[in-house]
Amino acid sequence: MPTKPATDNLVEVDNVNFAYDSRQILKGVNLAIRRGQVVAIMGLSGCGKTTLLRLIGGALRPAGGEVRVGGRAVAKLSHDELFALRRKMGMLFQFGALFTDMSCYDNVAFQMREHTDLPEELIDDLVLMKLQAVGLRGAHRLMPSELSGGMARRVALARTTALDPMLIMYDEPFAGLDPVSMGVIGQLIRRLNDALGATSIIVTHDVAEALQVVDDVYFMADGVIIARGTPAELRASDKPFVHQFVHGEMDGPMPFHYPAEDYGRDLYSGEA
Amino acid sequence: MTAVISFLEDLGGRATGAIHRLGFASRFLLLTLQNSGMCFRRFSLVVREIYFAGVQSLIIILVSGLFVGMVLGLQGYDTLVRYGSSSALGVLVALSLVRELGPVVAGLLFASRAGSAITAEIGLMKATEQLAAMEMMAVDPIARVIAPRFWAGVISMPLLAAMFSAMGVFGGYLVGVRLIGVDEGSFWSQMQAAVDFQEDILNGVIKSVVFGVAVTWIAVFEGYDAPPTAEGVSGATTRTVVTSSLTILALDFMLTAFMFRGA
Repeated sequence: MPTKPATDNLVEVDNVNFAYDSRQILKGVNLAIRRGQVVAIMGLSGCGKTTLLRLIGGALRPAGGEVRVGGRAVAKLSHDELFALRRKMGMLFQFGALFTDMSCYDNVAFQMREHTDLPEELIDDLVLMKLQAVGLRGAHRLMPSELSGGMARRVALARTTALDPMLIMYDEPFAGLDPVSMGVIGQLIRRLNDALGATSIIVTHDVAEALQVVDDVYFMADGVIIARGTPAELRASDKPFVHQFVHGEMDGPMPFHYPAEDYGRDLYSGEA
Repeated sequence: MTAVISFLEDLGGRATGAIHRLGFASRFLLLTLQNSGMCFRRFSLVVREIYFAGVQSLIIILVSGLFVGMVLGLQGYDTLVRYGSSSALGVLVALSLVRELGPVVAGLLFASRAGSAITAEIGLMKATEQLAAMEMMAVDPIARVIAPRFWAGVISMPLLAAMFSAMGVFGGYLVGVRLIGVDEGSFWSQMQAAVDFQEDILNGVIKSVVFGVAVTWIAVFEGYDAPPTAEGVSGATTRTVVTSSLTILALDFMLTAFMFRGA
């Protein structure tokens, strides 16, 4: 297995292309994420952000280019090597993806029981510590169906960090949450990253929350990275796309209207 | 001319689509068997699923078995008494159940009670990204979710069919002996003399094992292959019940043709 010389970057995405059937999703994406950082990848829905996470996690293979985690090309790993790498990764899915047939406790204990031979007493302590970190130790007996959206996301966060991963990926961690829960999740992402000495990638379109907790931001549109910078740089950016996105303006480089016939002609033709 | 060509294309497309799907399902079964090691090392995973698929199907199986047996008692007596051989009622009830009705009706009930539940559960786990999450945690969902459910179904089905038959014989006894008054001694002794272990019971067990494999295979495959939407999961659940019911009936004909060739 060719190993690249050690760099300060944990994740390197090198000129990656990807297409679903004939629909080109990623068109030569480049990014490098340094160890210890919390990085946001932002863009509109459907611009390929989640696809990028799946490529980093090895769930998809790029059509061109290379994704490297810890210097190793993910697509070239064997099944066992990929699973070994994934034990050092955590991924928080959009709606938590908690196992609905298990209690919160068993959800958090799941990976410890599957991947380690730790005695149950030790697992018990670890699970309670993980749940304490997200403030839900008292809810360990509840089933996922008994949790609110924000609580489910926090339990999923505890499960994601169960084996102290080196890389944590978040797929839309703020989607569908109330403002308080959003703030809580944002702070937890930052605190857990720093406490574990991990590296985090947040895929989101929630600008206000993300800019408060990240070190670095990549903007994606139409399958390519179009801007990169620190939150302060992006807030001050005068690039039309970044400005529209950061300030949530209705019209700009991203049009409000879906492409259509002339409005007047459509109304009078009576065919729509 | 173009209509004929498009008809043929459509026909061919459907045929190759069905073959493609069968091939995919076969590879899926092979993958499930290859990844079954874990569920025998951690048998508690299978036991848990036997509870959901088998134990929770017990009520419907036992009640249906009782009623089917009682109906057999009534109908059988009505026919046999015309030939003056009502004492053979026990044989008729036992052979009908052990050879045919036990495996087939229990299989149909198992498909609609447990098969549909397995498909819906796996389909929803897929739709809510639980299977993807498991894969990202370096746990293979085929080994952890599919294989235990598959083996639980394969183990449960013959046991349920046996209980269905036992309950049916008891139902036949209740109606024939207790209600109508057929001689109890000849009811049991003729049954004992006429039912052969290998010819009847073993063949019935083989049938129920085959039905168990077929129903559970269809159920786990449909769930795993379901489109991750509400309509996708509901469609897959319906397909499980329809496909496995037809498969049971077709397999039953084939197995019966091989097992009981007028010997």
